[in-house]
Amino acid sequence: MYRVMGIETEYGIAARGVAEDSFTHSLMILAAAKGHAAPSAIWDYAGENPSKDARGFQVEEETEVPGADDNRDINKLVRNGGRLYIDAGHPEYSTPECSNPLDLVTHEKAGELLLARCLQEVNEQGAGERSLVLYKNNSDGKGNSYGCHENYQTLREVPFEHLAEVLAAFLVTRQVLCGAGKVGAENGSSRTTYQISQRADFFENYMGLYTMKKRPIINTRDEPHADPERYRRLHVIVGDANMSEVSTFLKTGATALVVEMAEQGLLDDCPRLADPVGAMKAISRDLECRALLPLADGEEETAIGIQQRYLDHAWAYGQSQGVDQITKSALERWQQTLDQLASNPDQLADEVDWLIKKSLIEQAMERWGCQWDDPRVAMIDLQYHDLRPEKGLYHTLARQGFVKRMTDQERIEHALEHAPENTRAYFRSECIKRYPESVYGASWTSILFSQGDQAVAKVPLIDPQRGTAALVGELLERSQTAEELLANLRA
Amino acid sequence: MPTEQQERKTRYPGGADQEQVSANPDIIEKGKKLKEDMDALMDEIDEVLEENAEEFVRNYVQQGGE
Repeated sequence: MYRVMGIETEYGIAARGVAEDSFTHSLMILAAAKGHAAPSAIWDYAGENPSKDARGFQVEEETEVPGADDNRDINKLVRNGGRLYIDAGHPEYSTPECSNPLDLVTHEKAGELLLARCLQEVNEQGAGERSLVLYKNNSDGKGNSYGCHENYQTLREVPFEHLAEVLAAFLVTRQVLCGAGKVGAENGSSRTTYQISQRADFFENYMGLYTMKKRPIINTRDEPHADPERYRRLHVIVGDANMSEVSTFLKTGATALVVEMAEQGLLDDCPRLADPVGAMKAISRDLECRALLPLADGEEETAIGIQQRYLDHAWAYGQSQGVDQITKSALERWQQTLDQLASNPDQLADEVDWLIKKSLIEQAMERWGCQWDDPRVAMIDLQYHDLRPEKGLYHTLARQGFVKRMTDQERIEHALEHAPENTRAYFRSECIKRYPESVYGASWTSILFSQGDQAVAKVPLIDPQRGTAALVGELLERSQTAEELLANLRA
Repeated sequence: MPTEQQERKTRYPGGADQEQVSANPDIIEKGKKLKEDMDALMDEIDEVLEENAEEFVRNYVQQGGE
C-alpha cells in the first residue's frame, strides 16, 4: 500500500490552580516544544484556502493571518516534518505525511508523546501552582466537540459526488471498529448510558463545508495541499481520536483501502444508507452491534453487515492485486474485528478503544457497586484519555500489558525526530534538522529559506510523493548549508 | 433490571463457549491469573483516579474546536 495520509489531533486542555484561559495554556504547551521544533519558523498560510468547496464553489469568508511573532508563537514546525499549532484555543498536532497506516500509527503516537512531554515541562515549571492536563478525546460531555481529522490523498479525476456516495455508508458504520467510547449523550441527542463514538452526537448533516458547526458526515473542503489538477485531499472528520494503536491502524487502514477501491470504480454496488445522520447516532447507541439500518434500496443491514460488504470487496481487490504485509494485516484485522463484534464483542476489550473503556467501566461499577450515572464513571471516561503517564488510564492499561499494540516506544521516539522516508515530509524534516537557522517557514507545499538581506527563497513541494530519501538524499548530503542547497537546486 | 446472569446470557448467545470454558482446567487457571491481574489493575485505577470526580468532570468545559 502506498497512500499519502495524515492525522490532525486536537487536544482538550484543562487547568487547576490558576484562572487563565485555555489559549494562554496552549501557548505554554507550544513554547515547551522548542527543543523539538525549528527554532524560529513561521507557518506560511499563503497556499491555504479552507473555504473552497469540492462541489465547485468558493465560500467568501475572512481568514485571519497572524503577524510574524504571533505566527511563531502559535505554530511549531516539528523536527519530524509535522506541525504543532493552536486551533480554537486547543493544542493540535498534524502528523507528517505518511504512506501507510502503520507509519501513521507511529507518527500519531509521536505527536501524543510530544504533547505529553510539553505538558510535563509546563507542569514542572509551574512548581505545583499551575497544573495542566491534556486529553486526547473529542468532547467535554457538555456539547462542545473538538476533532481528530484524517486526510487521504485521492485522484482528482474521481468525481467528488461519486466518492462521497460510495464512502458514506462505510464512514458511518466504521465507528464499530474504532469508536473511542463515551459515557452519556449530548448536543440534544437521545439519552443513553454509554455509546460507541465520541463524535456521533455532533453530526447534523450528510454533506457540507464546515467542521465547527452543522458538522457533516462528508466534509467538502477542497484544499488538496498538492497539485489541484491531479489530486484531492479527502478530509474525514467523523472519526474519534484513538488511544489504542490497533484502533488507529484499523481506522486508517480500512479507510485507505476503501478510498483506493473507490478510485478504481470497484464500489459502485456498495450499500447506501437511507438516513446516514440518523444511522450514525443509532449505531453509536447499539452496543451489541445488531440494529438493522434501513438502506436506500428498501433492504436492511447491520453496521457489521455493511462493513462486511466493503471488506468483501477489499478481499477480492487484494486477491486481484496481490497484497503487501501491511495491507494483509489490515484485511485480517478488519475481518477478525467484525467476526468478534458479531460473536462476542467483549473479546476485543484489549484492542478496540470503545470496548477497552467499556470493560474498564463495567469492572469499576461492579467493584464500587454503582451505576452509569456515578460521577466516577464519567471520570474514568475522561481520564482514559489523560496524557499524563502516571494518571492516564489508557496508559496505565498499556503499561500493565492489558492492551495490544502495533508499534513500540523505540519507534515512537524515532518518529518524534524523523519523518517517513517515502513522502515529501522527509525533505521538510531534513531541512529543519540540517539547516535549522535558515528555515524561515513552511507550508504543506513549500519550505521557505532566509537568505540574509535578500528575499526569502521558496522551495516548492507540490507533490507529496516526492522529496523522498530516494529522490533528495544525495542532494542533501552534498549541501552543507542552506545556501549550497539552494544553489544546487538552481543548478 | 436484568441480573448479571441474564445479561451474560444475552451477550453470549448459545452458551457453548461457556461450557467449554468450565471443562478446561488450563483455561480456569488462566482465568484465575487474569482475575488476580485485573484486581491489581483495579487497585491501581482506584489509586490514580482523580478525587472529587463530580467537581472535576463538571469543571471540564472546552471551547468547541476544529
